Amino acid sequence: MIDQKPILEVSNLCTTFRRGGVDLPAVRDVSFSVGQGEVLGLVGESGSGKSVTLRSILGLSRRYGDVTGEVRWLGQDIASMPERKLRHIRGREIAMIFQEPMTSLNPLLTVGMQLTETLKAHTDLNRAARRDRAIEMLDHVGIPSAASRLGEFPHQFSGGMRQRVMIAIALAASPKLLLADEPTTALDVTIQAQILDLILSLADEMQMGVILVTHDLGVVAQTCENVAVMYAGRVVEQGAVRQVLGAPRHPYTVGLMRSVPQNVPPRTQLYSVPGTPPSLEALPVGCAFASRCQNRTERCLTARPTLDAITDDRRVACFNPVAAEKAGAA
Amino acid sequence: MATLQYILKRLFLMIPTFFLVMIIIFVLVRFLPGDPAIAIAGDRASDADLEAIRERLGLNEPMLVQFWLFVTNTIQGDLGSSILMRAPVTEVIFNRLPTTAFLTLYAVGLSLLIAGPLAFVAALNRGRWPDVLIRTVFQVGLSMPVFYIGLILLTFLAAQLRWFPVGGYGDTFGARLYHLFLPSVAVALYTSAIIMRNLRSAIIEVLDAEYVQFARAKGLPNRLILGRHVLRNALISTVTLLGLSIGNLMSGTLVTETVFAVPGVGRLMLEAIFARDYPLIQGLTLTFAVLVSVVFLLTDLFQSTLDPRMRLT
Repeated sequence: MIDQKPILEVSNLCTTFRRGGVDLPAVRDVSFSVGQGEVLGLVGESGSGKSVTLRSILGLSRRYGDVTGEVRWLGQDIASMPERKLRHIRGREIAMIFQEPMTSLNPLLTVGMQLTETLKAHTDLNRAARRDRAIEMLDHVGIPSAASRLGEFPHQFSGGMRQRVMIAIALAASPKLLLADEPTTALDVTIQAQILDLILSLADEMQMGVILVTHDLGVVAQTCENVAVMYAGRVVEQGAVRQVLGAPRHPYTVGLMRSVPQNVPPRTQLYSVPGTPPSLEALPVGCAFASRCQNRTERCLTARPTLDAITDDRRVACFNPVAAEKAGAA
Repeated sequence: MATLQYILKRLFLMIPTFFLVMIIIFVLVRFLPGDPAIAIAGDRASDADLEAIRERLGLNEPMLVQFWLFVTNTIQGDLGSSILMRAPVTEVIFNRLPTTAFLTLYAVGLSLLIAGPLAFVAALNRGRWPDVLIRTVFQVGLSMPVFYIGLILLTFLAAQLRWFPVGGYGDTFGARLYHLFLPSVAVALYTSAIIMRNLRSAIIEVLDAEYVQFARAKGLPNRLILGRHVLRNALISTVTLLGLSIGNLMSGTLVTETVFAVPGVGRLMLEAIFARDYPLIQGLTLTFAVLVSVVFLLTDLFQSTLDPRMRLT
């Protein structure tokens, strides 16, 4: 794993929403850590709890549901921290960017205002210095003639440019960790790589850790050191990217890998994991993946496998993991 | 510059509106039952006297000639003479207008003062007791007619407790605030209920918006999130409603000013109708039309300053 002490340690994070008298367990017992400058990938299907996990780390899920477990930031538990104190960590030490650049910027405020208000909340810079810093940031994320665009509104920017603006805002106060919630999903394919490169080069430059939520395994393979695979609110497999993607042990990870088209001749039907994930309202007693799993046994239907270490830094939650040799060949 | 152009364009577009309004006024007034000559001279006047009065008022001219005179005189700012007041209509209206304007602005101010904070309290406590309480109270306010609320207020606060005057209009600013408090409250209870409901649901919607989540993730202080990010966005739909309610309020002054004996244009309108004072009715209706158009223009201007996506086209 990483040599230094982790900056963020999440343990047993659970987030439950209540809707119409029913408890929806959106995130269950999620644990992972991120070291300084580390890029951690969080992958899984829509609804697997990736975004909620990110939002719960920053305390944004509190308003909508119950969050339990520990989120240790530089040794301090921020999961139980009151809003008033937590706001000094949000944006200043841990920043977040969202999936939809179209709806994540306030349509009524100029880009300059949305940038400088973050600086005003977290720094002692005066008005002129904030403006200079804002221009510097916009310039840094690759927005041409930045100074003249401070007074413009979000609708005057293209999708890719808006995502750059959001990155500039998030990184303005030089955070140590960036939570990136599918930052490229809503963008054109041609722009996606640019934005990803931008995030990673800035992270490298600023020695900033990144949790990258995505459902693109190709992106994870290229960019992350460690990865956690989520399914129905739980982490089902986690470890170093080379190992997890090189030799997946959980049948779901294997399925995910197979659904990435590689060297397939034209006009062959693409693979997809059969079935659909269970709804949060009616999670099965046993393993949530059992109904879609080829390795399923009786036990999978009655008991839930825990996330256990199979080697030092490799964890899998499965009773019948795919054999290491076979997985390596897949 | 763009704003000025926009205003001029809007003012230009008002011309056909006003022409239409003038046609409607002219026709409607002439369909009112009763004879203005009799209203002026009394029941026992002789036929010759009545004829003389009709001649003097131009009521014997053909309709089209009367309409032509009405339009050309109006354009020159001459709305004729009030039969009832025996003075130029413009003068009569301008004497009474400030009172109504004061009452309307007062009521709007009170409405916003009541609706704004309560909408926030209700929205932030959505589904819990403060929300339920506020909504229930306002539901009662909404379901009672303004004149009824007015009479209740008058009976208890003015007639019995003697906290407020039963009618009239003060001389100084302070005295006006005091005299017009009850009528403003009566109107504001209704208007604020409408605005509160709209603002509350707008705030609830905006609170869940991604840009508000992003503002939270930026670590902004809560008051900034609510004041700058939530309120402004929630106001967009409410401003339209506010414009409409001000239009409503002005026609509502007919009732309010009568119940509270406030000498404004609303009560003047009622007096003019009873007296068959054609010129005054025409002048007042036109005045209301102008005021409502101006309010709508101001609403649109305010909205475009709020929302850059709607900037002036």
